[in-house]
Amino acid sequence: MTDITSQTEAALAAIAAAGSLDALEAERLETLGKKGWVSLALKTLGGMSPEERTAAAPAIQSARAAIAEALDAKKAALEAAALEEQLARETIDLTLPAVAAPKGSVHPVSQVMDELAEIFADLGFAVATGPEIEDDWHNFTALNMDETHPARAMHDTFYFPDKTNEGRDVLLRTHTSPVQIRAMLDQGAPIRIIAPGRVYRSDSDATHTPMFHQVEGLVIDRDIHLGHLKWTLETFFKAFFEREDITLRLRPSYFPFTEPSVEVDVGYSTEGGRRVVGGHGDAPGHAWMELGGSGMVNARVLEFAGLDSKEWQGFAFGLGIDRIAMLKYGMNDLRAFFDGDPRWLQHYGFSPFDQPTLSAGVGARA
Amino acid sequence: MKFSLTWLKDYLETDATVAEICDALNAIGLEVEGVEDPAEKLAGFRIAHVLTAARHPDADKLQVLTVDTGDGQPLQVVCGAPNARAGMKGVLGLPGAVVPANGMVLRKSAIRGVESNGMMCSTRELELGEDHDGIIELPDDAPVGTDFADYQGSDPVIEVAVTPNRPDCMGVYGIARDLAAKGLGTLKPVTMPAFTASGACPVEIRTDDAEGCPAFYGRVVTGVTNGPSPDWLQARLKSAGQRPISLLVDLTNYLMLGFGRPAHAYDLAKLSGAVVARRANDGEEVLALNEKTYTLDSEMMVIADDNGVHDIAGIMGGEHSGVQDDTTDVLLEIAYFDPARIGATGRKLGLSSDARTRFERGVDPEFLDQGLDLLTGLIVELAGGTPSDAVHAGSPPSAPKVVAFDPGQTLRLGGVEVPEAEQQRILESLGFTVGEGWQVTCPLRRNDIEGPADLVEEVVRIHGLDKVASVALPRVEGVARPTATPQQKLERGLRRAAAASGLNEAVTWSFLPTWAAEHFGSDQPLWVLANPISEDMKAMRPSLLPGLLMAAKRNADRGAASSRLFEIGRRYFRSGNGLSDEKPTLGIVLAGEKTARGWQSGKARPFDAYDAKALALQLLEAAGAPVANLMVMGEAGAQFHPGQSATLRLGPKVVLARFGMVHPATLKAFDADGPIAAVELFLDAIPAKKGAAFARPGFTPPALQAVTRDFAFLVPATLAAGDLVRAVQGADKASITGVRVFDVFAGQGVPEGKKSVAVEVTLQPGEASFKDADLKAIAEKVVAAAAKLGGELRG
Repeated sequence: MTDITSQTEAALAAIAAAGSLDALEAERLETLGKKGWVSLALKTLGGMSPEERTAAAPAIQSARAAIAEALDAKKAALEAAALEEQLARETIDLTLPAVAAPKGSVHPVSQVMDELAEIFADLGFAVATGPEIEDDWHNFTALNMDETHPARAMHDTFYFPDKTNEGRDVLLRTHTSPVQIRAMLDQGAPIRIIAPGRVYRSDSDATHTPMFHQVEGLVIDRDIHLGHLKWTLETFFKAFFEREDITLRLRPSYFPFTEPSVEVDVGYSTEGGRRVVGGHGDAPGHAWMELGGSGMVNARVLEFAGLDSKEWQGFAFGLGIDRIAMLKYGMNDLRAFFDGDPRWLQHYGFSPFDQPTLSAGVGARA
Repeated sequence: MKFSLTWLKDYLETDATVAEICDALNAIGLEVEGVEDPAEKLAGFRIAHVLTAARHPDADKLQVLTVDTGDGQPLQVVCGAPNARAGMKGVLGLPGAVVPANGMVLRKSAIRGVESNGMMCSTRELELGEDHDGIIELPDDAPVGTDFADYQGSDPVIEVAVTPNRPDCMGVYGIARDLAAKGLGTLKPVTMPAFTASGACPVEIRTDDAEGCPAFYGRVVTGVTNGPSPDWLQARLKSAGQRPISLLVDLTNYLMLGFGRPAHAYDLAKLSGAVVARRANDGEEVLALNEKTYTLDSEMMVIADDNGVHDIAGIMGGEHSGVQDDTTDVLLEIAYFDPARIGATGRKLGLSSDARTRFERGVDPEFLDQGLDLLTGLIVELAGGTPSDAVHAGSPPSAPKVVAFDPGQTLRLGGVEVPEAEQQRILESLGFTVGEGWQVTCPLRRNDIEGPADLVEEVVRIHGLDKVASVALPRVEGVARPTATPQQKLERGLRRAAAASGLNEAVTWSFLPTWAAEHFGSDQPLWVLANPISEDMKAMRPSLLPGLLMAAKRNADRGAASSRLFEIGRRYFRSGNGLSDEKPTLGIVLAGEKTARGWQSGKARPFDAYDAKALALQLLEAAGAPVANLMVMGEAGAQFHPGQSATLRLGPKVVLARFGMVHPATLKAFDADGPIAAVELFLDAIPAKKGAAFARPGFTPPALQAVTRDFAFLVPATLAAGDLVRAVQGADKASITGVRVFDVFAGQGVPEGKKSVAVEVTLQPGEASFKDADLKAIAEKVVAAAAKLGGELRG
């Protein structure tokens, strides 16, 4: 009996002292292996009488259990230590740079066009398009600017030497207004569209580029008046700038394609050298800034576009997209828009996931 | 239009302040572009009395003055003017004042060691004249200590933008009329100086072209004395930005700027025979007042005599017969020219003038005789002389337009309720006559009025656009309907997919230098501008790549390590009707380093054609193109490396994209360092999805696991891997769901003229798992398919 006890104690001590999995395995073989003394002792039980067995078995069984448990525990401990050691060897310098995925961006002009589409879709406007290489009928004549109209000369038009098959002059559209004509001719009335796109004027200085972007708006129905125009622009600008204090001032003006014609100013203040839209332009520290032209569509234009001006009336407006983009997002150099400089594009561009939505707000904050 | 407040008040009885007048001008559509108040410019300049003047101890040309500015504390001022002396009165700029001529802020300073507390000013420094020989000398009675601006008489100048439909406001009087209608004061009648005409006009005046010059009125004034104009006239012209020249010239300018009525005065001594308004002869020349010679044609009107042309009608007088200082006899011309012809002539000659601006917009046909008499009266009053009777050749348009108006239209179109009486008052104050049943007769000067909408505008602009209330557009019930077209959705999606792939969206010019457009040109002639702004912006782009290549070059020149740019825009081609065919396109340029040198990756890696291919496929997939069915074919274009570029086609003819490495010759042409990879997606070629519903086709992932088998084939070195893949794919369409090349090798162990291509074939069991015999049969089919392309299974 004492023999087993002392043997067990010796084995447990050896297990505890085992410094490696190999040494532990050797101890296992010594004890629980086929020829280990515990296994051999267990075998002796078979040859005993029941009485003897009852007397001898518990000591042997408990020795087996204690040794097996000690072996498992020691094995786990040794493995854990080995893993720990291995992991320690695998330490890397995580201050080293990881491979960065290139960051792409959406151009502010595109972003603002998406914002326009989103806001105006809520007001029931579809987005219409038209050719940039236009004929003078759509760009001028149908907009009530016949060949001798002085306003034609004011448009700084780029011309091509070509003529259409109908003998019309071919030019680069000077505004998005010809899309009005095309949309009315195609779809008739009632109609609500915006038409964003590239336009061209032979003008180039610090604040003008020969190519820029405009958005045209057109609403034709039976009883649309100046009050609707005012509301539409106010509602748009409030949504676009996400400010409720947008104040518009309408001023009489002149465009051949509208009558009455209205220039739209917005109140702003200057904060930190930047124009911030909002507030009344006559309030202290505020002023008015011109945003675009608009008015009730001239009856002649309606007739050119195949509509009966006795039945239909409505308004049109035109805004500079680059300009409202600059106002909202703080760029100050129009020329940089067209340079393709990744530094500028990364700074002023937008994440592809800044998709404008009404629920999240159409604007993307810096 | 610029004019001083004094000039406006010549015609408008008003107590309104400048600010009130400017607000009113803006409100009625005469946009104020600026107000210049001389008092502001002259702030800090005061009348000073020089008490003593002594030589500067250290400078021969300087004097040290003590000056009295009225507050009892004489100031010491250093002055270099030769005329500075004790006892005189002049203008002292105090520290803090800004010198109008140069923007310099005056400060207390030491000049050569002597303290100076301001500056005695010259006429030029205060922008009051050209004199800079000495300081301003004021009369002895000038009140010391008074602000110089108050002494000088401050007269603010207002500049307004007059829209082209309002020629009647191209004179101060017309502006006064509009302001009076707005309630800013009372319009004064035109003061007509009296004169007595004596005798018939000694010169015959004729119009030989009643269409181009319906009316030509004139009169001779003999015995005038030309010379400088009186101060009041000079001051008015200067406020309008017009340099006084001589009395006779200044008076015609006064008529033009004050009343919008151009007139011309000829030196009678330089004329011979009848003075006639006629068409020019082709090739006829005239030396105009701007000292340039113009060659005319028979579409242009001139005023001529027996000796030739004296005036480009309605635009500019001739140098030869213009009045001089010694002119004593003048012929005055007041004419009415056809506006369209004046405009056409001016445009053709590239000649602008104040007269043209007014004539081409339409001068008041009712102000010919009155204008002539006003001019004559002023000449007689100021230059003396004896006027002849007026002669009238032809007559100006005289039939007024009558518009049938309904005052209810003001609300229907203008959105504002204006009482009928007020509408009538507004129209009448602008010179309209409201007759029975709202038949409105327009004054002839208002040639912009076409119909009722114009009258609504008149009423609303005077009543006040600020009184128009916002009214919500009616909206459809429920949530707003989607409005984007498939093309718009395509472009929006692609834009964000491209940006999500790490590309920066650029917007480049639609026009290119011709060489760059030609380099990327097609068989069609390019669209080339007739009047480009520069040679660099001349031809419309036939591809998006040149603009992006130029941007990439600019970036490289600025030291950028890489450019990953894309643009979505149009390429410009021609359609059958003589108009354009504008094709929506996405272009990509990948230049510089794909990956920078790195501690893991070693050297920097440039972009290659597979980077371009990956983007092309990824974006085509985002665009909804059936990428699995695309064929990789050649003919990407001469701008690409012939061996490292391809097209992606749907069938042999429909090219959806081209991609690859840019040709070294193209890089050279664009002066760009390579390698550069490029992609162009032709968005118009991507087939629209037809009848797609929200519900996807039914699908359950297969229950049985797929297995993979690898095959390595020796194939001819020239065989496209894609052909092998397609052949293997077709070997057993039911079972083979994927074929992927995982190794390509040539060299040691591979015979000359061959390469080894290894593919991993994915086999998807259907109802039952594959048995060994099944797998063997499939493998045999795969080997047989490869064999047809000359492939043999490697041992």
